[in-house]
Amino acid sequence: MAWLPFWPRDASTTAATVDAIAVSEFILIGLVLLLVFGMMFTFVIKYRQGSKADRSHLVRKTWWFEIGWTSATLLAFLVLFAFGARAYLFLYQPPKADLELYVVGKQWMWKVQYPGGQREIDSLHLPLGKTVRVLLGSEDVIHSFYIPAFRVKHDVVPGTYETFWFKPTELGSFRLECSEFCGTGHANMIGTVHVLTPADYTRWLSSQNAGQTLAQQGEALFRRYGCSGCHSARSTIHAPLLEGVYGSYVHLADGRTVFADERYIRDCILLPASQRVAGYPPVMPSFTGQIPEDGLMKLIAYVQSIGAAKETP
Amino acid sequence: MTAIASEPGSTYLTAESTIASWLLTKDHKRIALLFFASVTAFFFVGGFAAALIRLNLIEPAGTLLGPDLYNRMFTMHGIVMVWFFLIPSIPATLGNFLVPLMIGARDLAFPRLNLASWYVFNISGILALYFIIAGGNDTGWTFYAPYSTLFSNGHVIAAAVAVFVNGFSTIMTALNFVVTIHRLRAPGMTWFRLPLFIWGIYATSVVMLLATPVLAMTLLLIALEHGFGIGIFDPALGGDPLLFQHMFWFYSHPAVYIMILPAMGVASELIPCFARRPVFGYRGMAYAVMAIAIIGFFVWGHHMFTAGISLFSGIVFSFMSFVVAVPSAIKVFNWTATLHRGRISFDAPMLYALSFVGLFTIGGLTGLNLATLPIDIHVTDTYFVIAHFHYIMVGGTVSAFFGGLHYWWPKITGRLYPEMWARAAAILTFLGFNVTFFPQFILGYLGMPRRYYAYPPEFQVWNVLSSAGASILAIAYVMPLVYLGWSLLRGKQASANPWHATGLEWRTSSPPPEHNFPRTPVVTDAPYRYNPEDGSYVTQDGAANG
Repeated sequence: MAWLPFWPRDASTTAATVDAIAVSEFILIGLVLLLVFGMMFTFVIKYRQGSKADRSHLVRKTWWFEIGWTSATLLAFLVLFAFGARAYLFLYQPPKADLELYVVGKQWMWKVQYPGGQREIDSLHLPLGKTVRVLLGSEDVIHSFYIPAFRVKHDVVPGTYETFWFKPTELGSFRLECSEFCGTGHANMIGTVHVLTPADYTRWLSSQNAGQTLAQQGEALFRRYGCSGCHSARSTIHAPLLEGVYGSYVHLADGRTVFADERYIRDCILLPASQRVAGYPPVMPSFTGQIPEDGLMKLIAYVQSIGAAKETP
Repeated sequence: MTAIASEPGSTYLTAESTIASWLLTKDHKRIALLFFASVTAFFFVGGFAAALIRLNLIEPAGTLLGPDLYNRMFTMHGIVMVWFFLIPSIPATLGNFLVPLMIGARDLAFPRLNLASWYVFNISGILALYFIIAGGNDTGWTFYAPYSTLFSNGHVIAAAVAVFVNGFSTIMTALNFVVTIHRLRAPGMTWFRLPLFIWGIYATSVVMLLATPVLAMTLLLIALEHGFGIGIFDPALGGDPLLFQHMFWFYSHPAVYIMILPAMGVASELIPCFARRPVFGYRGMAYAVMAIAIIGFFVWGHHMFTAGISLFSGIVFSFMSFVVAVPSAIKVFNWTATLHRGRISFDAPMLYALSFVGLFTIGGLTGLNLATLPIDIHVTDTYFVIAHFHYIMVGGTVSAFFGGLHYWWPKITGRLYPEMWARAAAILTFLGFNVTFFPQFILGYLGMPRRYYAYPPEFQVWNVLSSAGASILAIAYVMPLVYLGWSLLRGKQASANPWHATGLEWRTSSPPPEHNFPRTPVVTDAPYRYNPEDGSYVTQDGAANG
């Protein structure tokens, strides 16, 4: 939609979808405004006090008109709703991700971790044309991760994980913003998204001193926090093995079956009593307040790396 | 042309003149004026904050206020404008004055409760001024947890208490209206002979009664968490931040309808009178108002599309948000059709009413954008939303408030206002409003988030334009204060029915006597019996050209 005046750049597949719907709606709204204002101006001029216009035979039976424009608006609104809902379903269902990013929002910065172990603050480097899945966590209050040029936004809610995805389609640098008020530095919680060619992206990754991958760092934490003492084949304590858990369905002691995604793993670490796996005793201690958010994400990355499948339903 | 007038010299204004007679009055008309004084004061307090916000945003670095002061200013602007101006604006002033007059009653059902409501309102107002002077609050009017409960360094509790107490005033006034409209209608004033203003006030009162207690609970829980660390909303204490948003918007979305329904009622009085024509589709208008009030309770989740609600909730709330727009669309079409074959004059109230319809339409249609899920995800929490709701609340409600104020000014004060000045102010309001808020739609789609004291330089042009518009708007809002003040002292004496209107409120002298009518009127006619062919009319108590 670059030909439109005052239009932001559209640099992702989502942007194209959103813009197509937005532009059609703006045109429709323009036509309705033209109709309403046109009628208002015509009537106001034609029937102004002092004009000789015919005022006899007022419409007395108004029901037919009202039923007419009620059904017309309802029908038009249903069409708009359907288009919006269809696109929302599409945007809600992530395709298979090429790249997984781990983002923590805190007052007032964005901390980004890459699967390879690279880290950045207030800056993202992304490969062009690849599907990026983002795992969002917050250390304090609610933030919102917003890249206007991609037309994507998702709130970062403390106490849980949110995920969303996008696919950049244009090279360049784009604004990253926090769009949920989070305190004094809210307006400074901004950053830059750099979309690079895949070759440049690989070069950039290798130029960072990553050391270990995120999953390896997670494995180290897995040992340090003592998780491996129980969750291992050699352990004498009866605890579930974590190989193949991520991305599978888990039967809980209370009879429910849940899908083991990041949110579930997180809850298992912090609130183990809430979602106990069927057939295991309630012996796991809570780790609430002991692991910082970026450490949690490393643990998640480790559990993902030994999980059943990379994609989520 | 004989009005049912009482002896001159015994109006509600002159019946008693001591200060105590005003502060202890049980006359709904005097209480309306007391409320008018209070909300006008708060309108300028909130406007002052708005002026500072627009000044700060003229340059991208935002150095005039800086972050902390800026955050306090938009919070003060939001809290004051929503609870201390918009919600009481039309109901507590025009509604208080007009409900008994329009239905042919001597007063509201509970005059003492009415006076108590004003005192409670002022207590909450003093608490609001306290939190502002003590250093302000920086949570925004939305008080989102866990920021408000554990992280804010502002006077959260003081602000919450002010809003909490304010709710009691809202409930008292609403209860009074509901009972009055049910029980005190004059003989012959059936439900479908009620003026549409009464329908608007009735619908608003019902929403106030049902929604305001939820706000009170929410604020109480905030206070418990903030003050005593009881975990309700903060996940670190085992709470759920989204619970707060559900509870807050369960009140605050209906609150939007609390603010707009009375304005719709005002427009529905003004347009038929100045088009000299019955309102198009009276029953449809009444049903639409009630439909908005009811469906309005089921759309709150559209404030949370990006907050992590489920796919299913997102789709249901989007659907309901489109549905609630249908009755609003009916109203717009009916107002427009009311102009058809009318005999239209352009006095100031009509200019305000036409602005109301135009600006409300733009605000309503952009609401459709926000109900559309993928668009909302892009523009929520940006200036697009700010522009949208200011078109409804300022373009809509404030325009209607000014329109109503001018229309009933002769009835309230017994004086005429200077028409030319009033028309100039009405036109200036319309222009200033659009210059202020239209650029914000563009800023929003470009991706400027709300509540930013500083912004990227590429947005400056639109911000400067918006601030320039705000200065026009400021002049347009101060003008009525000046010429209406002049009219109070020097304006020409008004007759009982200067607009040749049909409502019962015009069937008593201007200003009315203490108990409104010398004898209770008997209603024989539908409202809005205007004849556009010769401009004649029949009042609701059956007087031709009364």
